[in-house]
Amino acid sequence: MFVIETQHLQKQFGNKLAVADLTLTVNSGEVFGFLGPNGAGKSTSIKMLLGLVKPSAGNCWVLGLPPGNVQARRKIGFLPEHFRFHDWLTGREFLHFHGRLYGMSGQALKQRIETLLARVALLEAGDRKLQQYSKGMLQRIGLAMALLNHPQIVFLDEPTSGLDPLGRLLVRDIITEIRNEGTTVFLNSHLLSEIEVTCNRVVFLKRGNVVREINLKDNEIHINELELKLGPVDDSILQGLAQFGSNAHRDGDLIRMNIQDEASLPQLARWLVGQGCEIYRLAAHHPSLEQLFVETMTEENKLTIDG
Amino acid sequence: MINGSFAALKMMFTIAHLTFHEALRKRVLLAAIVLGALFLIVFGVGIYFINDAVIQQELRSAPSAIRAQSNRLAYNFLAMAGLYTVNFLLVMMATLLPVDTLSGEISSGSIQSLVVKPVRRSQIVLGKWLGFAFIMLIYASCMIGGIVGLVAIMTSYDLPNIHIALPIMLLETLLLLTLSIAGGTRFTTLTNGVFVFGMFGLAFIGGWVEQVGGLLGNQAAQNIGVITSLIMPSEALWRLAAHYMQPDGISALNITPFSSTIVPSPNMLLWAIGYTLITLLLAIRHFSQRDL
Ligand SMILES: Nc1ncnc2c1ncn2[C@@H]1O[C@H](COP(=O)(O)OP(=O)(O)OP(=O)(O)O)[C@@H](O)[C@H]1O
Ligand SMILES: [Mg+2]
Repeated sequence: MFVIETQHLQKQFGNKLAVADLTLTVNSGEVFGFLGPNGAGKSTSIKMLLGLVKPSAGNCWVLGLPPGNVQARRKIGFLPEHFRFHDWLTGREFLHFHGRLYGMSGQALKQRIETLLARVALLEAGDRKLQQYSKGMLQRIGLAMALLNHPQIVFLDEPTSGLDPLGRLLVRDIITEIRNEGTTVFLNSHLLSEIEVTCNRVVFLKRGNVVREINLKDNEIHINELELKLGPVDDSILQGLAQFGSNAHRDGDLIRMNIQDEASLPQLARWLVGQGCEIYRLAAHHPSLEQLFVETMTEENKLTIDG
Repeated sequence: MINGSFAALKMMFTIAHLTFHEALRKRVLLAAIVLGALFLIVFGVGIYFINDAVIQQELRSAPSAIRAQSNRLAYNFLAMAGLYTVNFLLVMMATLLPVDTLSGEISSGSIQSLVVKPVRRSQIVLGKWLGFAFIMLIYASCMIGGIVGLVAIMTSYDLPNIHIALPIMLLETLLLLTLSIAGGTRFTTLTNGVFVFGMFGLAFIGGWVEQVGGLLGNQAAQNIGVITSLIMPSEALWRLAAHYMQPDGISALNITPFSSTIVPSPNMLLWAIGYTLITLLLAIRHFSQRDL
């Protein structure tokens, strides 16, 4: 069963089309990356799923229920994009208040708050007012708030914005941890290298449309570039390499070429050795998510759905 | 079902509690209490000296029924002047205290993490309303009680019908508070403040037009007053309350801010109650439907 499903979701603010036509599904237990350039409609889509914003057209369901359903909300956590809260509360009071809103109380809530404060490395700052928190600390206490109720789904809208490398690592670990506990994560981020590590599947959103979907865990991104460092070779070797791929060319003292997949690599190596070449390095790369992102976003009106 | 509504109440109280807490933490309440206390002190000292003068006079001339009556009028005037000022203070407090509560949270986005919780939006509005109503009712009762009490203790003069006037003034406070909360669902904080004070000003000037119209026997002017009272009943409530607290024998020609040549109809009370409820319902409806 899908934990999130949308059909032709659309949102219009006045005459500004924020989300054009969003159709997607998210499976239970998945870490789902929702990517797109600024203003693509990512936050607006999340807000529609949470019932913060009313769709202009289309339908969506979260945990099989319409957005904003109070029963569904018990099982949802949300870290908003511009995380702001009643900053006259201390960290502990803040979590306590939100816990109460989830219907938690007493010792169980206290216990949960301490666990989470420890998890986001804010145990010591727990009794300080949020006013005195740095941006990264606010982001982390917000994450703790989103996890208070052991949610089945968490929506994280740019959870790592404003975090230092250690903070990002911490968030990444937490995401991995809750995924292992079976929580579905709907992740919205511009840090593609992180998405690459944590997500099972990503979609690219462009002007409110899904323009590409990629399964990251099924090796769906094919290896396509080969980097060679060889002893001195002449151009005949370059021509000979053409049988294994395309566009072989020199790049400083390296040779680069495009290949289809890994399968041809052993053969290629044997051939090079046979030609008397000295091989110092043979490295195959697949394109980074960032390359794919740039490629997708710059191709005008391209509409491909992979996988 | 019972369980459900119990849970709903609990949510509302959680929000109300937070609201109360916020007023405490942000020292808004402290400022209001300090100012209110100062106000009562000044008022008390004032009565002390005035009362002293009255007693001196009484010692010089023989007591008479006329003397006693004019003293009563003086005390009444004093108490009414105090309440008139308190009325302004309460209008201001009831407007300003909640003016930011929804608009501020909407514009900062802090409302988002609240609204996605298993809470209905109506519970958020009602919870905030409850929190502020709790604060304002206590504050208003203390201020009004303070004035009346000071006068009673120092001069042994009891303001008539305070048991009727007090609830009317509390209703006026609630009405302004509700309007301020409701405005916050649509307007930015500044606009909301301008809106509520503007409404109050409208009712205020309408009330005066009505009074003067009544004095001159001009029906059109009186109608203007009635219409503005329907649009915003705050001033009519004050006049009604003031009317109940007038001593007998005050002349109809004696036009003061506290006396009325034209007394608002008691039906105005029903209208004010309805007005407050409708405003609250509209606030809930608009807040429940809007994008956040
Ligand atoms: N309340 C609003 N009123 C009018 N326009 C809005 C509103 N909210 C968003 N928009 C517009 O809708 C579009 C999508 O905004 P959204 O915040 O969803 O983008 P995003 O993908 O989250 O961008 P970012 O990566 O910068 O966070 C933008 O063009 C934005 O200007
Ligand atoms: Mg966004």
